[in-house]
Amino acid sequence: MCLAIPAKVISVNGVTALVTIEDVEYTASLLLLDDVNPGDFIMLHAGFAIQKVDADEAAETLQLLQDEVNNRPDEFKP
Amino acid sequence: MKYIDEYRKKDLILSVSEKLKSISTKAIVLMEVCGGHTMAIHRFGLLSLLPPTIRLISGPGCPVCVSSQLFIDTAMAYSKVPGVIVTTYGDLIRVPGSTTSLEKERASGGDIRIIYSVLESLGIAKKNPDKSVIFLGIGFETTAPATAAAILQAKRENITNFFVLSAHKVMPPVMEALVKEGVIIDGFIAPGHVSAITGTAIYNDLASVFGLGVVVSGFEPVDMMQSVLMLAVQIESGKSKVEVQYQRVVNSEGNKIAQQMLNEVFELRDDRWRGLGLIAKSGLKIRDNLSSFDAEKHFTVEVPESSEPKGCICGQILRGLKTPVDCGLFGKKCTPSEPVGACMVSGEGTCATYFKYRS
Repeated sequence: MCLAIPAKVISVNGVTALVTIEDVEYTASLLLLDDVNPGDFIMLHAGFAIQKVDADEAAETLQLLQDEVNNRPDEFKP
Repeated sequence: MKYIDEYRKKDLILSVSEKLKSISTKAIVLMEVCGGHTMAIHRFGLLSLLPPTIRLISGPGCPVCVSSQLFIDTAMAYSKVPGVIVTTYGDLIRVPGSTTSLEKERASGGDIRIIYSVLESLGIAKKNPDKSVIFLGIGFETTAPATAAAILQAKRENITNFFVLSAHKVMPPVMEALVKEGVIIDGFIAPGHVSAITGTAIYNDLASVFGLGVVVSGFEPVDMMQSVLMLAVQIESGKSKVEVQYQRVVNSEGNKIAQQMLNEVFELRDDRWRGLGLIAKSGLKIRDNLSSFDAEKHFTVEVPESSEPKGCICGQILRGLKTPVDCGLFGKKCTPSEPVGACMVSGEGTCATYFKYRS
């Protein structure tokens, strides 16, 4: 029920956006999120964009995990 | 698919699994409180990747499952009122009420429509001005803002035949209630999309007052494994705190617009949860100044005395006390095609998930 899926914004028209998930187009209401632009990724939940996906944070979290499991075993010990 | 594929890499998942096995010394119990997390754990077989010291239990995070029998029975009663169109998310349609289900009522001629977005209800209301459209509002902080936005939209457009039966609920009180009740939990895998709306401060008491680890998690297998690792590290080191694994979507502030709409439309009330009873300030009621949209204020219906399905242990499963395999009905009398209880109806219900992915 609380599932939300990352969707790419293609275009914005007022309070709705055209988004795609794996090349399938959906309409997303922007009533709950402002400053949405084409090219952004948003989380789509029950027809609403509820939050943006932060590309920098996404990359950083993955990198940190890679570092933790691969490179710095000693530092990770509690 | 971007933001999906990179979180499903087998090598990385196995590396985190190895890391977990190398650092875990204490026997711990972690509860995931979101049905989406329950689905991910079983879909990707993550339990088999955990060390024997770490046990995961499912909590009350499936809105369909925790909705009280009284709410379900009230929805059935509305569907029988002449001139009423009931709109609902698909998850609710097959939940057994005390005597019937929305699916059966629809087969008997009730006008019950499954929608994807609550905004569709407004379109249906405009197309049917001589009818009353009642939307069944279920879901937590992730979903409730959409209902709030629809009510405010209806107000702006002066749509007077749109109503909401609100069973919306909020997460923190039920998480605290479980701990206070004595359910043994060392840490919570906290719901990612609830937190995308609320921010993370709602969990502070769980860490500071109750000494529990809290990690807000994403829904892909790498996310889940990383979250378990973060919780294990917290608990092994004796330092409980609120952390966010799902940084790409969740920030500490949350979604301010959604929070403002929630606050404008709803106020907290004591609410009933299946299996958990009445929990103080855990439900969302439509504020009095918007009562023209509140179905409970406009429609008086006779609701038969509610009764839980006999033999169903959904309530104990929602509290993390039992698992589906402890239930005599599971997989025999109760299956996804013939569900007895709510936990088997919703696709993210613990019983439905166990059934689908059992080996």
